[in-house]
Order: sequence, then C-alpha cells, then structure tokens
Amino acid sequence: MSSLKMAGNILCSASSFIRKCIFGVLRVGPIPNHIAFIMDGNRRYAKKQKLSHDGAAGGGGRYDAGFWALMVMLLYCQELGVKYITAYAFSIDNFKRKPEEVESLMTSMLEKFHLLDILVKLLAVRVHFAGNLELLSNELRASAMELTEATAAYSKSVLTICIAYTSRDEILHAVRESCEQKRIDLEFGNDDDDEIKLMKVEKNMYMAVAPDPDIIIRTGGENRLSNFLLWQSCWSHLHSMWVLWPEIGVWNLVFAILNFQRNKTYCLDMKKKEKEL
Amino acid sequence: MPFSLYFSPTPLITAPSPLSKPSFLVPYYHTLHAPKSPLCSSMEHALTHQGKQEAFDLRPEDSQTLPLGLRRDAMPSHVAVIMDGNRRWARLRDLPVRSGYEAGVESLRKIVEICCKWGIKVLSVFAFSSDNWFRPKVEVEFLMSLFERGMQEDTGIFFRENIRISVIGDLTKLPKALQELMVNLEEATKNNTLFQLIVAVSYSGHYDVVQACQRLALKAKCGLIEPSDINVSLMEQELETNCTEFPHPDLLIRTSGEFRISNFMLWQLAYTELYFAQSLWPDFGEAEFLKALLAFQQRQRRYGV
Repeated sequence: MSSLKMAGNILCSASSFIRKCIFGVLRVGPIPNHIAFIMDGNRRYAKKQKLSHDGAAGGGGRYDAGFWALMVMLLYCQELGVKYITAYAFSIDNFKRKPEEVESLMTSMLEKFHLLDILVKLLAVRVHFAGNLELLSNELRASAMELTEATAAYSKSVLTICIAYTSRDEILHAVRESCEQKRIDLEFGNDDDDEIKLMKVEKNMYMAVAPDPDIIIRTGGENRLSNFLLWQSCWSHLHSMWVLWPEIGVWNLVFAILNFQRNKTYCLDMKKKEKEL
Repeated sequence: MPFSLYFSPTPLITAPSPLSKPSFLVPYYHTLHAPKSPLCSSMEHALTHQGKQEAFDLRPEDSQTLPLGLRRDAMPSHVAVIMDGNRRWARLRDLPVRSGYEAGVESLRKIVEICCKWGIKVLSVFAFSSDNWFRPKVEVEFLMSLFERGMQEDTGIFFRENIRISVIGDLTKLPKALQELMVNLEEATKNNTLFQLIVAVSYSGHYDVVQACQRLALKAKCGLIEPSDINVSLMEQELETNCTEFPHPDLLIRTSGEFRISNFMLWQLAYTELYFAQSLWPDFGEAEFLKALLAFQQRQRRYGV
C-alpha cells in the first residue's frame, strides 16, 4: 500500500474516531428527536463551482452536491440517534422560478430516486414525502409513492422530504379536511360538538407522520422560515448558519445540537403544557 | 448574520445618530379630538418623566430625518416583537418581577414612539401568550392589572397621536373589565390612521389558525362555503390579523437571546425576516431597534423565487 494511501486511511480513521468521541460527548446531553433542514444555498454553491444545469461543466449536476449533503446528514443523524429528519427539498413557491431551472430540479430529483432507494434501504430508513404531490409530474409522483411503499416497514429512522410543499398549503389542506370531517360527523350524528380541536387539525397535516422538530437548521445565512413547518415550528430551536447547503459538515451539525441542548428543557415543558390546554 | 451563537448582526453603521430631543410642542396633527377629561389629565401626568412633560414628537415624515444608514423606502410596514426578558431583567437587578414588567411597558412606549416617527405602519407585540396562563396566579393577576392600567393611562395618547389599537387573542379568558376596556378602545380608535398597535393577549399562532378553522367550519355547516373552497384568502379573512391592512409582519424581533417563535403568529410569519436580539426587552431601545432595522434592510427577500 502506498504511503499516501496509508496516510489517507490513518487520517480517515482518526477523524472517524474523533467524530465518534464528539458524538459520544453529545449523547450525554439530550439528543433531538427530530431535525429539520432548510437546504438553502444550492444555487450559490453551483455558481461558485461554475456548475451548469446539466453538469456539462464536469462538476456534476447543480443539485448533486446538495443531494449528497443530505445523505451525509442522514448518516450522521442516524449515528447520533436522531430518529426523524425532514428536508425542505422543493417549495410550491419554487415553481415561480425560471421554467428551465424548475425542470432541471425535477429531472435531478427523478434521477436521484434510484440512488435514494438503494441508500435508504441500506440504512433502514423509512421515506415519506410531504406536500401537494398532485403538483408534480406523474412520473415523479409515482416514483415518490413507490419509494414510500417500499420503505414503509423500516423504522430505524424516518426521512421526510418536503416536495411541492408550503406550510400554508399544508395548513389549508388540514383545515379543509377538518371542516369536511366535521360536516360529515355532524350530518351523521357522530359528533354533537361543533368545535374543532387543535388535535383534529394536526392529524390532517402532511407532517403528521413525525413529531414537531426540535431544531430547524437553515443553511445559506438567511433568517426566515420561508413557509416551512410554520405550524410545527412553534417551539423549535431555530439555527441559521452561513455555510451553503452542499458545504454543510459534521461540525455544523454538532454546533447546532450543542445550541439546542442549552434550550431543550423549556421547549419540552411548553409543548407538554400546550397539549394539556 | 445567522441566528445562533453569532447573536446580533453587526450593523453597517456602528454609531447610531443622536436621539432626537423630546419635543414640548403639541403634536403636528391629530384626527380625533377627545374631550379633556380627568382621564386625559391623569394620562398626561403619567407620561411625566423626572418632572418633564414629554409628548410624542410626530412631525410629518417628510421633515423627519431617519438615523444614518436607514432607508425610508426599505422600512418594514409591519414589525412584530416578542417582548422577552422582563422577568430576567428584574432578577438581574434584584427587583421584584413586577418591576421588570413595568420597565417592559416603558420600553414598549418608546418603541411605539420610534415606529411612529420612522414611518412603520403596524407594530404587533406579543404581550401575553396562551401559555402564560400557566404562570403563578399572582403574576398573571398583576399582568392583567398592568394591561388595564396601561390602556387607561395611554388612552389620551392614542386619541391625540392618531394611533389605532387592536387586540388579538382569546379575550374570553381575560377579566370582564379588561375585556370591556379593550373592546371599547378598539372601537374608539378604529378610525385612527397614523399607526396601528396590535396587542396579542391570550394569543397563540395555533389558537389563531384553529379559531379560523372553526369559523370556516361553521360557514361550511351553514352552506355558505364548501370545504373545498377554502383558500388563502378565505383563511386570512378569518385569522385575527384581519384587523390590519398589513397582516404579515416583514420583521420579527425577539429579545433576550432565545431562538424560537414561541407560538406567535405562525401563519403570518411565512416570509418574515427573523431577528434575535441578545438584550432583554426593558433594555431594548432605539439603538437596538436601529440595529434590527439596518439588518432587515440588508436582507434579500426572495419569497421562494
């Protein structure tokens, strides 16, 4: 084995060992059950790396690096013991972008499903797609449904990919469903009470598969939610970082969790009290 | 700057311009002439600071210069504030908690004045959350009496300075006297146009959405709408922020260094820029507010595009 290769192996083992030690220390404190990511900064990264829409510059497609960043975060979160991971992949508002950009993104997502299928089965991750899937092409929707069904039995982690999603659309969907259900219940005499409770609305959310996020991490340096998990974020610790999404690394994650651990107790108490109300 | 350990962003201009001197002039204009009653007199007395009588200095916007670096065309129309840190402020000074709340009210008065001067149209403040009912009974009762006293004392200012007051939240949980006062004040000031102060009392973002859902369900039950008709517009008509022309805050400021929304205006904050200030609310003055506004004006708002 060449000395360079040996040095590389030693370095990898060393960094892996250091990472395991750091994760061990983190696990002494509370580990978030659910982390949500606003994956901002892909376009700026692509501009930095001079990537074209179709990867013609040789650096891979525009969003490839973003996909691998998500897979790496998924791996680290699983290693740490974070059960639920949610990623904001495509907002309904993103349809307002240039058609060629939207098409490039959709094509990129479709291409990645095959890889995602292999990886999530390897890691025993259940995949769920949250959003108004009717807005997607038939092909993309079918692939999403197929992947959801194929991974339904896994329970080690749950990866929710928000696609064709905005929180307001989600809330409207939940409100419509709740109103419709209430109308049916009252019509058939199943329910005397006119009141719609908070739990009923929550049950109809796209994100009902996962508990509320403990941390919402936004890359790219912006400080806003951009119509993401508005309902679920009321007690979440919000963490914004300058790093662009494809450049996110383990230390960014460690930092975010350390900040979360400083605030955890208060958030949990408030969640419990709200449920009691 | 990202919100986390890097707390307040560094403004481009490090030294804010000197505070404008308090004016002893009668305000330039007002639309509602309230009769001079004993209440107004007591209100004027309550505004006295260290023996001096101060009024809001509300010269028309054109002649009012903004602090250095602030652009009038980029001012947010609606600013929301989570006024956190009153109790910590009192504890740090070995004062009773009520002193913290009283200092918080003073801070609010200053910020309202600044908003009026700098052309901000709406200020929403998270005065009392649905979750605050869990606080000790003595503290809650004090807060209720503070709201009552504050609204009574400042009634004259609202009329004189053309300020509209709106109250959002589940008012049924409040003492009857306070409910009546709030409703009357809302009604009496509804035609004031210079500035709107929205006070969120016994409010939460979840409550707002659920009560809107409730009203829509009632309309559906009465056959006025179909559940499938429910859209953004119908939803926003039923939310409590339907009392304002600018229901979506452009900027949310949370003081005391906590990085969360705490169930405030969830629907309305979809595209709001978030700013987390380290200072406690009673210490949040013009300089801090300027920092927040400067940071806001640097932001690029893309709305998903």
